[in-house]
Amino acid sequence: MGFDLMVNGHTVCGEGGPQTTLLDFLRARGLTGSKEGCAEGECGACTVVMVRGRGSQTEYVPVNSCLVFLPMAAGQEILTVEGLANGGPLTPVQQAMVDCGGSQCGYCTPGFVMSLFAEQYRPRRKSACDVHALAGNLCRCTGYRPIRDAAVQLGEAPAGPLRDRLHSPAPRIEGIESDGFSRPTSLAECFAAMARHPGAKLIAGATDLAVESNLRLRRFAHLISLEALEELRMFRETLEAYEIGAGRALAEIDLPHDVWREWLPLFASPLIRNRATLGGNLATASPIGDAAPLLLALDAQVRIASAEGDRVLPLDRFFTGYRQTALVAGELLRSVIVPKPLPPVARFYKVAKRQSDDISTVAACFAIRADGTARVAYGGVAATPVRVVKAEEALWAGWTDAAVARAHEILRSTLHPIGDHRGSAAYRLAMAQSLLDKFRWQTRGEAAA
Amino acid sequence: MKIAGKAIPHESARGHVTGEALYTDDLVGRYPNLLHAWPVLAPHARALVTHLDAAPALEEPGVFSTLTAADVPGEGDSGAARRDEPLFPAEVMYHSQPVAWVLGETLEAAQRGAARVEAVYEPLPPILTIDDAITADSFHAGPLRIRRGEFPGRAPYSCSAELRIGGQEHFYLETQCAIAWLDESGGVALHSSTQHPSETQEVVARVLGLPRHQVTVECLRMGGAFGGKEVQASPWAAIAALGAWKTRRPVRVRLPRVLDMALTGKRHPFLARYRAEFDEEGRVLHLAATLYSDAGWSMDLSEPVMWRALFHADNCYFLPSVELTGYVCKTHKTSQTAFRGFGGPQGMLVIEDLMDRIARTLVLPPETVRERNLYHEGHTAPYGQNIKDAARISTIWRQLQRSSGFEARREAIAEFNAAHPHTKRGLAITPVKFGISFTADFYNQAGALVLIYRDGSVQVNHGGTEMGQGLHTKIRQIAAECLDVPIEAIRIMPPRTDKVPNTSPSAASASTDLNGAAVAAACAQLRERLAPIAAEMPGATFAQVVETAYRRRVQLFAQGYYRTPGIHFDAKSGTGQPFHYFAYGAAVTEVEVDGFTGEYRVRRVDILHDAGESVSPLIDRGQVEGGFLQGLGWLTLEELLWDAEGRVATAGASTYKLPSWPELPEVFEVAFLERAAEERAIFGSKAIGEPPLMLAISAREAIREAIFAFGIGGIVELDSPATPERVYWAVQKARQSSSATAMTAQLHDD
Repeated sequence: MGFDLMVNGHTVCGEGGPQTTLLDFLRARGLTGSKEGCAEGECGACTVVMVRGRGSQTEYVPVNSCLVFLPMAAGQEILTVEGLANGGPLTPVQQAMVDCGGSQCGYCTPGFVMSLFAEQYRPRRKSACDVHALAGNLCRCTGYRPIRDAAVQLGEAPAGPLRDRLHSPAPRIEGIESDGFSRPTSLAECFAAMARHPGAKLIAGATDLAVESNLRLRRFAHLISLEALEELRMFRETLEAYEIGAGRALAEIDLPHDVWREWLPLFASPLIRNRATLGGNLATASPIGDAAPLLLALDAQVRIASAEGDRVLPLDRFFTGYRQTALVAGELLRSVIVPKPLPPVARFYKVAKRQSDDISTVAACFAIRADGTARVAYGGVAATPVRVVKAEEALWAGWTDAAVARAHEILRSTLHPIGDHRGSAAYRLAMAQSLLDKFRWQTRGEAAA
Repeated sequence: MKIAGKAIPHESARGHVTGEALYTDDLVGRYPNLLHAWPVLAPHARALVTHLDAAPALEEPGVFSTLTAADVPGEGDSGAARRDEPLFPAEVMYHSQPVAWVLGETLEAAQRGAARVEAVYEPLPPILTIDDAITADSFHAGPLRIRRGEFPGRAPYSCSAELRIGGQEHFYLETQCAIAWLDESGGVALHSSTQHPSETQEVVARVLGLPRHQVTVECLRMGGAFGGKEVQASPWAAIAALGAWKTRRPVRVRLPRVLDMALTGKRHPFLARYRAEFDEEGRVLHLAATLYSDAGWSMDLSEPVMWRALFHADNCYFLPSVELTGYVCKTHKTSQTAFRGFGGPQGMLVIEDLMDRIARTLVLPPETVRERNLYHEGHTAPYGQNIKDAARISTIWRQLQRSSGFEARREAIAEFNAAHPHTKRGLAITPVKFGISFTADFYNQAGALVLIYRDGSVQVNHGGTEMGQGLHTKIRQIAAECLDVPIEAIRIMPPRTDKVPNTSPSAASASTDLNGAAVAAACAQLRERLAPIAAEMPGATFAQVVETAYRRRVQLFAQGYYRTPGIHFDAKSGTGQPFHYFAYGAAVTEVEVDGFTGEYRVRRVDILHDAGESVSPLIDRGQVEGGFLQGLGWLTLEELLWDAEGRVATAGASTYKLPSWPELPEVFEVAFLERAAEERAIFGSKAIGEPPLMLAISAREAIREAIFAFGIGGIVELDSPATPERVYWAVQKARQSSSATAMTAQLHDD
């Protein structure tokens, strides 16, 4: 069964296999402005924008088109770099890039233009364009300074069809069923599809799975997209907890706590956060996934759904081994529950070679709850993300030198990190300990002192 | 000058921002019937191929053909310096080396086909490190030597050290790519992302057994190259051409990122062992340094890279007595190649490492030691060349210290450091001197072909390629200036080997010097021919003058040619005049290091660079800033690693990190030296492509300074790159030395 999508205002037929990327599809249609620089969502040369609804608002959402499987774009509206000037005068974003010397070899430029375009048209943007919006785009030539200059000099998005488009609703995410790909629109349908296609892979943002597909050429018998499930996109605050739908894009989540706002910008890039979900990051169970240490330190639980109903599990029992979870056949991760009150003191740390959009060498989250108990959680120091309860207990009586030394000792005896290209085992262990010291130092005077 | 010297955007800027600028792989849709090529990769770093059967690939649907040694009509070797790069090796020489190729109707079909090719290997023990190569006496070349003076006796001070310097992945955003097809008259034509179309032509002709006039290579533009497409574009072009020759259909070879990183050469990792003698003032009296480069499996450009490392081991410092030795190590790894700086950065890093050691030994500020050793007028380099315009070094040094507020910031940093036990700042100034010219002297020539049409529009053909460095922009400005026409009248044609033959690579920062001078020479002839007619026609437009000239049968096209005068070098004696002139600069960098983790950030960078009289200031500023950040990447976060099997362990954008936004300094001041015309180069300008990369050494030295501040004295040993992990361990060491010293002091008190 075929499907249509809209590209630069034209309806086109989405021909291609379920693992054809949107990027390859666009390029095969002659829209070669979007480039492949890495095929794993790291460089942003393939950036296009999707017209998406966020709450009641229609937005231009920039994404890595190399990580979008073509059927995921079914019924969606895509704007590529070719759709901006359309042969006419340059848009302000393009003109600013030209004037500032923002391009040298030009290969990354269309991606920068699209990210910056989306930022300029961001609804409710009051201040200058935020260069952090470009953090998912790499440039090897310019050193970024001229691109920063181009970004900060941009004013309001000009009136015209591109701005008008944001005044009408974005396309709905509709159900599709095509060869090798299903996108159910309700949980019940989803469980039915899972029963029909045993062994099918569930995908949300596909920011991990598409890398497997592109780089390691993995082919999947069937993919089930969770993107049209409203049940998985909820965000709810009750007296007891925050409940975050597992299928909600990271960019659309905001927990009212500094630690969340400290953590979010350290998670991949804006382009990834526009697609990647909290549930996806937990369900892939990577030992270096950045959500787990944070959520472990916040005492999070996960709600797991199946045709039989829901069950709730503490997150520290969700990870059962290297890339293994407690999910069994027929189950999916429905939501993440973060109990209230949030701890008064919490910090997230990520040590990596690069300060942004890098994979953790070690990630850590420490919290001190209102009752004085500590939470100590890590990524990158074991086969799974871990909470080190014994270290927490050592700190229970207060963060004295002796208690911290005892916690160090416990970390040394319980953590067995590996050494790899991101860092040696010795460095990882040293970081697990040193970050605890850093937390203590930075929060001296707060509850931890 | 009206047009040359103006700050204008890149000639293709509009194409860049609209996506209309085409790169090689964007042309795929223009070749119906095109086949996609995919390699069969050897799973060993070193092995004999004992059996190879490609036939099973043909059973896979969509596979059209395969390529093995038996298909090569000519000589199956893509080596540039030597015939040491078999396209279809009998002995695998690096991990993942292609041993055969499969051509498919789709890329996926070719990939499936490649998985069906049967290959049997007999693994052999590989050499994977410089140390192993030294032990095994495995060298492509060496010892190369530069010597001066005899150090007679003893100096008051001396030090010996070892420094390991990591390599660097080019990570041009556009990976290697070529499309080949049979042209309309029986020859072979290619679009290739190559810095050196003539050499790509040569290699293709060699492989197909054709005279070079049968092969045409064009390079539209490159999405970055940085040296990585100087010789390393040719093997992929040769495979595409061989496929087209065999199948009579267009063939595309494109390496996706992970393959590009696994298969292509990088900046050479180096090991340096040195011993220096110096006086109590910190002046170097003698330096003996031996440099080993990890060149990988084939020679490639590794010998001239090592020469350039030796040429730059003095950086800006006068060495009265010196003995520099270089060995090019042969290992079973990708063949390391040209990369912006071409050995110069590694050579310079050695002496900058030394300068800090001297400072710590004598308890002097590092900038004092550096300043005391600077070259002055009348000095000569270790290879005997006069240091032209040496006075500029001190001028830049003083001006930059002033404009960056160096002294005041030193004090502010000392105060900050005293107040912050876990965060320390460091400030450093380092200079750069970079010799301009190809060290292969025959490359120092260029040709151009300038065509004026009757309507006054002009096509300029030259031998240089555009990789983002702005060469075409500068050439366009030069041509417009020389012909006195508006810049819109000039169209720069993509370089093609049938327009200008036997071109040199766009490399060595010299493309504007060489091609610009050749274009200017052609334009001068045309101006001379048009001048009498223009004189007769006051007020006439250029087009009117041209039309009149045409009707009077005046030749409206001209060839230009330029060769750099006066350069020579004798490798046997290690002496000569290898460079036409030197480019100078200096940088001040301030960093902040987190003692808990070893992480750091660059707070501020001030650069003063000597670009001569810039032909294109916006382009040149871009080269300075971009070069600095690329150098910063090399010295800090870009860490190339190989695993125990010899596989590149960081072959992908998720494991190999380029500088990104956080690496952009919060304050980034770039200024150019004024009244700095270089009379030996076109319009008084200076080469700009490579020299600024080495300004980033100031960042590494600033990190060392910050590490030093965690302790109370002693040498800061820091191999490169200065990853957070290396910095962390260095901080730990500095802290231990300080607590050890404190303890000793306490003992004495008792």
